[in-house]
Amino acid sequence: MKHIKGIFAVVAIVLLSGFATISPGYDIGDIATDFELENIDGNMVSLSDYKDAKGFIVIFTCNTCPYSVAYEDRIVALDKKYASKGYPVIAIMPNNTDVQPRDNMDAMKQRAKSKGFTFPYLKDEGQKISPQYGATKTPEVYVLQKTNKGNEVKYIGAIDDNYQDAGAVRLRYVENAVDALLAGQPIKEAKTRAIGCSIKL
Amino acid sequence: MDFYFYPMRTLCLLVLILTASCKDSNSQNKPIVDKEPTEDYSDVPLEVYDFEGLKPLLKTSTDKVYVVNFWATWCAPCIKELPYFEALGAAYSDRNVELLLVSLDFPKKYESHLKPFIKKNNLKSKVVALDDNDSNTWIPAIDPDWTGAIPATLIFNKNKRQFYEQTFTYEELETEVKQFLN
Repeated sequence: MKHIKGIFAVVAIVLLSGFATISPGYDIGDIATDFELENIDGNMVSLSDYKDAKGFIVIFTCNTCPYSVAYEDRIVALDKKYASKGYPVIAIMPNNTDVQPRDNMDAMKQRAKSKGFTFPYLKDEGQKISPQYGATKTPEVYVLQKTNKGNEVKYIGAIDDNYQDAGAVRLRYVENAVDALLAGQPIKEAKTRAIGCSIKL
Repeated sequence: MDFYFYPMRTLCLLVLILTASCKDSNSQNKPIVDKEPTEDYSDVPLEVYDFEGLKPLLKTSTDKVYVVNFWATWCAPCIKELPYFEALGAAYSDRNVELLLVSLDFPKKYESHLKPFIKKNNLKSKVVALDDNDSNTWIPAIDPDWTGAIPATLIFNKNKRQFYEQTFTYEELETEVKQFLN
């Protein structure tokens, strides 16, 4: 009986420590994992496909979260402004569609079409990627810079400081971060926080 | 075609006027349109704060235990756990436990979504709305570990406070609150 308890304890410790190392996700300076996820056009997309990119604006977003919806036009604007400068937007829909069916692939396709998404909108099948990044909500942005070591995390957080009113934004966090990277300057605010919808795992 | 209906309509109207005028005065107040009147929710009380205004509600010098839940009507997991908070508030009202539901609904949804939700669900807990765009300031101020996802819950008394970025079952919530009693 003691042995069994001991085994359980060991198993529990291994499991807990396993989760503990996964859950915090990335911090600034960490190397972000690449992925191979299905896009709305049926193709698989990886960061390594973008040979000419200097980095990426990876955005965890979805159809159903009001905060994500409020930012859709601004996400499109980010891609229009920065894809040509070497920082394309890569949108990832992280929700489990069994929990949130209105985020399914057909719904993703429709939304991308109606809002004129100019960037890939990928489905994190099996919710493998958002936990590795440490993303907990939508929308949440990771700005990555291509380095010799891999795609280095340079910014984590919100798109800007006003989810309600794009016209009243004072601080464009993501734009400031990418502008700084393009200019070879340090990023003033590398981590910000915003309210979002919890990712449905 | 329409022409043929005009006498009919006039007749109907006449009958309507006649019958209406024959009845007692009470029935004349009834709306004639065959449409459900839009409900008025302006009587649902709702205090709206920015973070500076909310701050005093997030600390206490009394012997009460406060359970503060951050939620929104559009947040499905929030709506799912809301009844547990209501039930807890009812069960522990005589044990100095007070509930506060802080809605993060968009201000333009207060009248169309939040107030109707409060009324239809007959919420007994106090509901306030937090309208403060500068979430980068107030999220870490409420708790350094809060990533900003909702639902989120804060439990505190004058001696300690605990923050939870998670959903609760009734049992889980009760277990946490009990730690603050005594």
